[in-house]
Amino acid sequence: MTEPMLWKMLLGLILLGALGYATAAWSAVLRAKSSGTPAVASWSYPGRETARLLVRQRTASPGADTMLSRIGVVLLPMAAMMAILVIPLGTNAITDLSVGVVWFNAMEVLAWAAVWMVGWGSNSVWGLVGANRFLAQGLAYELPHMFALITAGVGAGSLRVSDIADHQGHLWFAVYMPVAFVVFLLSGLAFSFSPPFAQAFGADIAGGAAAQLSGVDRLLLRTGRYLLLAAAAAMSVPLFLGGGAGPLFPGWVWMLLKTLAVLAVLVGAGHRLPGVRMERFTEISWLVLLPLTIVQALAVSIFVLLGWM
Amino acid sequence: MLEGVIFGICALGAVVAGITVFRVDSMARATFALLASFLFAAVPILLLGLSYLGILVVLMMVMEMLIMAVFMVMYMMNPAGLMPMKMVHNNKASIGIAVAVFVMLAAGVLLTPWPAAVTAAKTAAATTAMGTDADPTLALGMDLMGPHMLVMIVIGMVLFATMVAVVVLATDRGRYERFGDDLRRRSPDDPVRGGLGR
Amino acid sequence: MTLQLFLLLASALFATGLYGLLSQQSIVMILMGLELAINGIIVAAAAFWFYLSADRPDGQVLVLLAISAMAVEMAMGFAITTAIFRARDVDMADSASDLVG
Repeated sequence: MTEPMLWKMLLGLILLGALGYATAAWSAVLRAKSSGTPAVASWSYPGRETARLLVRQRTASPGADTMLSRIGVVLLPMAAMMAILVIPLGTNAITDLSVGVVWFNAMEVLAWAAVWMVGWGSNSVWGLVGANRFLAQGLAYELPHMFALITAGVGAGSLRVSDIADHQGHLWFAVYMPVAFVVFLLSGLAFSFSPPFAQAFGADIAGGAAAQLSGVDRLLLRTGRYLLLAAAAAMSVPLFLGGGAGPLFPGWVWMLLKTLAVLAVLVGAGHRLPGVRMERFTEISWLVLLPLTIVQALAVSIFVLLGWM
Repeated sequence: MLEGVIFGICALGAVVAGITVFRVDSMARATFALLASFLFAAVPILLLGLSYLGILVVLMMVMEMLIMAVFMVMYMMNPAGLMPMKMVHNNKASIGIAVAVFVMLAAGVLLTPWPAAVTAAKTAAATTAMGTDADPTLALGMDLMGPHMLVMIVIGMVLFATMVAVVVLATDRGRYERFGDDLRRRSPDDPVRGGLGR
Repeated sequence: MTLQLFLLLASALFATGLYGLLSQQSIVMILMGLELAINGIIVAAAAFWFYLSADRPDGQVLVLLAISAMAVEMAMGFAITTAIFRARDVDMADSASDLVG
C-alpha cells in the first residue's frame, strides 16, 4: 500500500463522515420542522447525540451473543467505508477496481450480515423479528437493484465505475435509464434501512434489530446507517448523474454537490413517504420493479447495439 | 512475498473456520463461521487475478449464509446452542474417512508431476494474439457469450427449473387454496396481502 | 504461492466438508458440509485455471458452474427440508430414511 493511497483513503473517509453527518443533521432538521421546534438547533443534533451515546453505559441482556452483536455493529460502518473505495471523486477513486460495480454490491450486501448479527446477538424477540424483517426486505430489493447496477454497466460497456462516469459525456444515464436510476435510489434507501424502508427498526417492534442496543453500539449502528445512505447517494452520481462532469467547478466539487443533492432528495422523500412494509414491497418489487428493470436493461442493450450511447 | 503471507493467513483461516462450523454449539455462530471460511477462501481466488469471480463468491455467500441462518433458526431444535448437545452420527468413522481422503488428495497433489506453470508472460502473449484485453473478466464474458454459450444456457435452465421446483416443494398452498375450489375467486386469498392491492 | 499450495487448501476444505457431510444429523448442517466441499472445488478450479491454462477462460467457466451448483444445492436442500418438515416435523437425516435401500 503506497502513501498517496493512504491519504486518499483518509480523505475518502473524512468526506464520507461529513456526508453522513449532513444526512443525519438534515433528517433531524426535517423532523424538527414537522414537529414545530426550532430547526437551527438540529444542525448540531447528531453531534450532541453522539456525545450522549458515547458516555452512556453499554447494556447486555442475559444470554446475548455479544461476539456476533459486536461484530455486527462494527461491520455496518465498515461496509459503507469499503463500498466507497471504488467511487471516483472527480477523476480518481481510492482504488479503481475493474469490477467496481460488483465490489459495491458485495460490500452493501454486508449490511444483511451486520443487521442480522445485531438482531440475533441481542437475544431478544424483537431483535430477531427486526433482523428477519430486514432479510425479507433485502430479498425484495436486491434483484431489481442488481439489474439497475448492471444496466449502468451495460450502458458503458464496463464494470469500472470511472468508465461508467466517463461514458456520460453528452447525456446522463439517468436520462437513458430512468427506471434503473429510480430503482437504484429506492434500493439505496432500502439497504441503508432508512425511512420509508425502516420497518426492520420500526417502533411497532420496539426498535427491532436495535431494540437492545445502547451506548456506543447504538452509535455505531446509526452511524453505519447514515454512512450507507451517503455511500448509496455518492454511488448514484458516477452511475447515473455524470460523475464529476459539470461547468465552472472542478470534478470533485460537482461530485460532492450532486451527492448532497441526491442525499437531500432521499432524506426528504423518506421523511414524507409513509413507511413501506417489507411484505408489500416484496410483491411490488418482484411483480413490478423486476420486469421493469429487465425491460430497461433490454432497452439499454438495444441502445448500445444501435450505437446511441 | 506479501502475497504469500496473505495466502497463508487466508488459507489457514479458511480451514480453521471450516472446522469451527462443526464444533460450535450456536447455529448462528456456525453459519457465520462458514461465511468466514468462504470469505477467507475468496481471498486466494482474488490473488489469482479472478477479481470478478472472487467478489461474486463474497456477494453470493453473504446472501446465501444469511438465508441459511433463517432456516437454521426455523428448523434446528436448539439454534442458540444454550444447552449444548452433539448432533452427530458415526463421528469417529467420519473423521477417519475425512482424514484419509485428505491424505490421499494431498499425496496426489504433491506426487503428480504437474506441467510447468503457464504464467503471466505466456498469458499476455496469448491474449494479445487473440486480440482481447488481458482482463480475465472480459475473457470470461466473451467466452460465455461465445464458445461456451451452451454452458450459460444450461445454467440458466437449471436455475429456472430450480426456482420452479423450490417453490412447488416449499409452498403448502396451491391454486385451489388461493382461488377457491372452482378457481372462480377473483383475487387470491392469501394469509399475507401483498403491495399491489390484491 | 504454487499450484500445490492451492490444491492443498482445496483438499483441506473438501475433506472438512466431507466430514460434515458424513457426520452431521441435521439436514441444514449436512448442507453446510456440502457447501464447504464445493468451495474446495472452486478454489481448485481457480488454481488450475491460473497455473495450467490461464490463456483460456475454460477454468473460469468451471468456477462459475461450481458457484451455480452451490446455489442450486442450497435452494433445493432447503425446499426439501421445508417440505419434509411440513409433512412430518422432521429435520434430521436419520428420520428421513425412507429411501434407504
